[in-house]
Amino acid sequence: MSALTKTAEAEAFGGKGDRIMSRAVLCVAATGIVILIFILGFLVANGLPVLRSVSLRELFFSAEWYPAEEPPALGMAALIAGTLAATLLSSVIAIPAALALALFTAEIAPSRLRNFFKVMLEMLGFLPSIVLGFIGMMLVAPWMQDSLNIASGLNLLNASLLLGFLIIPVVASLSDEALAAVPRELRDASYALGATRIETIQKVVVPGALPGIIASVLLGVMRALGETMVVLMAAGGAAIIPTLLTEPVRPLTSTIAAEMGETPVGSVHYHALFFAGLILLVMTLMINLASLYIEKRGVRR
Amino acid sequence: MNRTLLRKTYDRLMTLVFCLFALLLTAVIGAVAAYLIKNGASALSWEFLTEAPRDGMLAGGILTPLVGTMQLVLVSMGVALPVGIMTGLYFAEYARDTWLVRLMRISIRSLAGVPSVIFGLFGLSLFVVFMRFGSCLLSAGLTLACLSLPLVVTVAEQAFLAVPQDYRDASYALGATKYQTIIKVVLPSAASTIITGAILAVGRVAGETAPIMFTGAAYFAPDIAKSLFSQVMALPYHIYVLATSATDPEAAAPIEYGAILVLIGLVMGTSAVGVIARARLAERNGR
Repeated sequence: MSALTKTAEAEAFGGKGDRIMSRAVLCVAATGIVILIFILGFLVANGLPVLRSVSLRELFFSAEWYPAEEPPALGMAALIAGTLAATLLSSVIAIPAALALALFTAEIAPSRLRNFFKVMLEMLGFLPSIVLGFIGMMLVAPWMQDSLNIASGLNLLNASLLLGFLIIPVVASLSDEALAAVPRELRDASYALGATRIETIQKVVVPGALPGIIASVLLGVMRALGETMVVLMAAGGAAIIPTLLTEPVRPLTSTIAAEMGETPVGSVHYHALFFAGLILLVMTLMINLASLYIEKRGVRR
Repeated sequence: MNRTLLRKTYDRLMTLVFCLFALLLTAVIGAVAAYLIKNGASALSWEFLTEAPRDGMLAGGILTPLVGTMQLVLVSMGVALPVGIMTGLYFAEYARDTWLVRLMRISIRSLAGVPSVIFGLFGLSLFVVFMRFGSCLLSAGLTLACLSLPLVVTVAEQAFLAVPQDYRDASYALGATKYQTIIKVVLPSAASTIITGAILAVGRVAGETAPIMFTGAAYFAPDIAKSLFSQVMALPYHIYVLATSATDPEAAAPIEYGAILVLIGLVMGTSAVGVIARARLAERNGR
């Protein structure tokens, strides 16, 4: 802490006013850390008490989620399976499409078209997820019900399609930036050796941009993992371990969103939902830090 | 010779595949937009925007949720903008590469990745329960402020970094202190960029549902909230409520589509201003 105050003082060569200003700015800037610590602290403080009534083993390995019964059954295996299934399936759908789109905007499209796509992708990134959830309920579900002849269109596949649509803009625009950051000279050198555009992309551009691309894919996966409204509205909400694409799932996020409103503060169920939040938070933080690490290492190289 | 031909054909073919992908995505977006407009346009009218919901939310307009969303935006931006801009200022003007600064940057980056429903849990446990604000406009607004902080910090830092170093040097050469330089030179030149960035945060906050579901959004409220401590209706949550638990889905459908169009207009309109302004700026700075 003392080293820090010294730098702040060295910066402030203009006397008292400057010192007060720089300290005030530093204090406000620390808010981010404080919020993160509070989030972690409150989730741990409200989530861990569930272990007084349920064992860790049951939480993670039992698929019996009947929180309203007496005594409540609080096995989260089905919820975790739902989260993983929806995340995996949406990534499988969206990432190839997003990468193809990024290659198109960064390598093939003329600069005007590239600007248009970049603006469009960035705006799509701001599309509220409730809109996608709504489309899933009103448009995709009836269509799926008719064309696949299944009981309910609200299922894993529906939710994953829309989640995929949600993460395409994220992955595509970040990957586009990673591709565009590959120096022009490398491409020119490859062309000068007689390589075609696709060969240049395959052997020069993509390998050069790989750390950035992997980081953007991880951020997309993280987005799918934590998304709430889409899965709440389109995934069907049955707490079972899915074996088919057309079965409904109940991921952790939608469980929290659907049940928190009706749970008395301080009950076992309340603590269990915070514990579910803690699982989610730990997973997203780990993916986020991994993507940061890969990004940083790529830059250094 | 044959090999060259093969390579060229492969090149053309793959290029075509990539173009088709882009075209397909644009077509899907266009089709969905057309579908929403077709179903929602008939519901839109001046009365739809200026009347409160009535008859069990199956008739009337969306005035209360629309105003509620604006109130939430005001409260959250009132907190997030000062804090976020000062954090961005610190990163751009004061921060050295120390462990604390690195920790601050990692925190902001981590916050940006925290799922929105986790912000809801956090707001519930801190503002609603621990600080005893109850489920209200203030709790929901503060929760949204925490959620939008990373975005505000990022755009503010970029805005400050875009101010040419010459401006600062010129100010110092005139004998100004760092404080005077920031207030009189850096802030005014970065202001317009910061405003466009703030508009992006408005768009993000207006469309969020999960963080406000248990911190202050009302299933139904007869009137516009008059204090920070009353519950508010919010447009995204109103849509969710109608779509999942309307007593008469047939009657609610036109209102849902109309409300979705208003929400998309609100969010996409504000973020378009921000995104396009920032794209222009990036182009001007020669990137």
